[in-house]
Amino acid sequence: MILKILITTAAMSGISGILAMLLVIAERYLANYGECNIIINDEKELKVTGGATLLSTLGSNKIFLPSACGGRGSCAYCKCKVLEGVGQLLPTEEPLLTKSEIKDNVRLACQVKVKQDMKIEIPEELFNIKEYLAQVELIKDLTHDIKLLRLKLVEPDEIKFKSGQYIQLHSKPYDDVKESVSRAYSISSSSSQHNYVDLMVRLMPDGIMTSWVFKHLKQNDKVKFVGPMGDFYLREGDGEMIFIAGGSGMAPMVSLLHEILTKKIDRKVTYFFGAVTKKDLFYLDEMKEFEKKIQNFSFVPALSHPESDDQWSGETGLITEPLEKYLKQIETADVQGYLCGSPGMINACVEILKKYGIPGERTFFDPFA
Amino acid sequence: MEGLSPWVIFFASIFTGNILLVYFLGMCSFLSVSKQVKTSLGLGLAVIFVLTITSALNYLVYYYILEPLNIEYLRFIAFIIVIASAVQLLEMIIERFSEPLYLNLGIFLPLITVNCAILGVSLFMVIRQYTFIQSVLFGAGSGIGWMLAILAMAGIRQRINEDRIPPALRGPGIALVISGIMAMAFIGFSGIVQIQ
Repeated sequence: MILKILITTAAMSGISGILAMLLVIAERYLANYGECNIIINDEKELKVTGGATLLSTLGSNKIFLPSACGGRGSCAYCKCKVLEGVGQLLPTEEPLLTKSEIKDNVRLACQVKVKQDMKIEIPEELFNIKEYLAQVELIKDLTHDIKLLRLKLVEPDEIKFKSGQYIQLHSKPYDDVKESVSRAYSISSSSSQHNYVDLMVRLMPDGIMTSWVFKHLKQNDKVKFVGPMGDFYLREGDGEMIFIAGGSGMAPMVSLLHEILTKKIDRKVTYFFGAVTKKDLFYLDEMKEFEKKIQNFSFVPALSHPESDDQWSGETGLITEPLEKYLKQIETADVQGYLCGSPGMINACVEILKKYGIPGERTFFDPFA
Repeated sequence: MEGLSPWVIFFASIFTGNILLVYFLGMCSFLSVSKQVKTSLGLGLAVIFVLTITSALNYLVYYYILEPLNIEYLRFIAFIIVIASAVQLLEMIIERFSEPLYLNLGIFLPLITVNCAILGVSLFMVIRQYTFIQSVLFGAGSGIGWMLAILAMAGIRQRINEDRIPPALRGPGIALVISGIMAMAFIGFSGIVQIQ
């Protein structure tokens, strides 16, 4: 009986084992595309090993296309022109590209695989995106679930960015998490500070990155990040600017306010900030400072569910309510909207801005998906 | 089944014993991928390839491993493992050598793994006690029969695309009605040669 069980097990494992071996061999020889040349913007030439996606191949050669979703094909930030050496459009790319982009050979770098010599075009400023080694100078609680992270740059020791842009922080493996993940965080420090960047990290339940920041990251630890990226920055104009943010969406707004202050931009700024209860509010003192120093700036916090002992006398309800109340009173002809927060909040606010005459061309946000 | 010529089995499995229209196996990819002749052709070719290879492999596995060890009852698991690996191998080969075929087929390849026509052919081969040559030709014939059926179906569906079909019958509904009528047409072949 036992012999029979052993024979049966051995036979089935043998069959599976041989087949698995075949697949591994096939992977080694069939999915191996040898050495390929990638020519970028007709100037730079890279020698790479084929087989991986264009995004990760470029990344391992220190050229970083923006990518907020980490290669899952949902954010469409890693668009680039592929002129030669690529097959037809993949079904996974089609929904994220417009007709004119498809005509211009624009592809998603995270979906395209390097299988032969390629010729690609990427925006010049992406050459500025670098990988930075930094040291945690400060890590402190802003609220019960948001931490401020100050990263002092080590190598290279300076960064130039536009206020409002974001970086991609790389986590290290910890506990059961064997892989390193990367997530996008907006810079909250002033763009005139070149030696460090401040980030605001909000704890997500079961988030790989945020659990790492909250439980494992300590002062003086070394971290890596890539950046700066993003099209969220102050635009030209004369009219009022409306800032709308929730939670850690505070970060880019603080950076924008620093810029308004240092450049003495003389425009009206109204900042709506949404939180759940009073314990989710932070940076109130800093905002008071800004209100004092910037002539036309006012900060409007709103609590959606104030607790009875919060003694809250300010605005209540979702952030859309005080926003709508405010928009009813003003002339919106030249107003620009700057948003940062959850996709739900952004969509709701964009709808309201539209309703009161502020179209999509005058609302700016980075949709991190 | 010793006496039956392999070629008789080959032609019989295309027409009189069509795996799809007589045994109604492999319906799910038949219904979901039969909207265009071009993609149907790609899927059909893949099925022929996988069926031919897997019936040969499964023959060897059954008669040289399972039967000598008296563990024929594990044939379902063994066959499925063989089929799954063969499909994966096919996917890698297609990706390497034919980009357009990979694009048109890549997303459907996982469907072939769970295509019951493929497991069905391997099981029929055991039940009917075919020899090795008979099994391989039975696999190839069944594949060709399957492709024939899906190509005919895709041709018909492309033509009726513009027709005014009652709303309730659009899509899979009319496809099932059509496959029923096609199956009845295939009964016409049944007098030519009979295999069981």
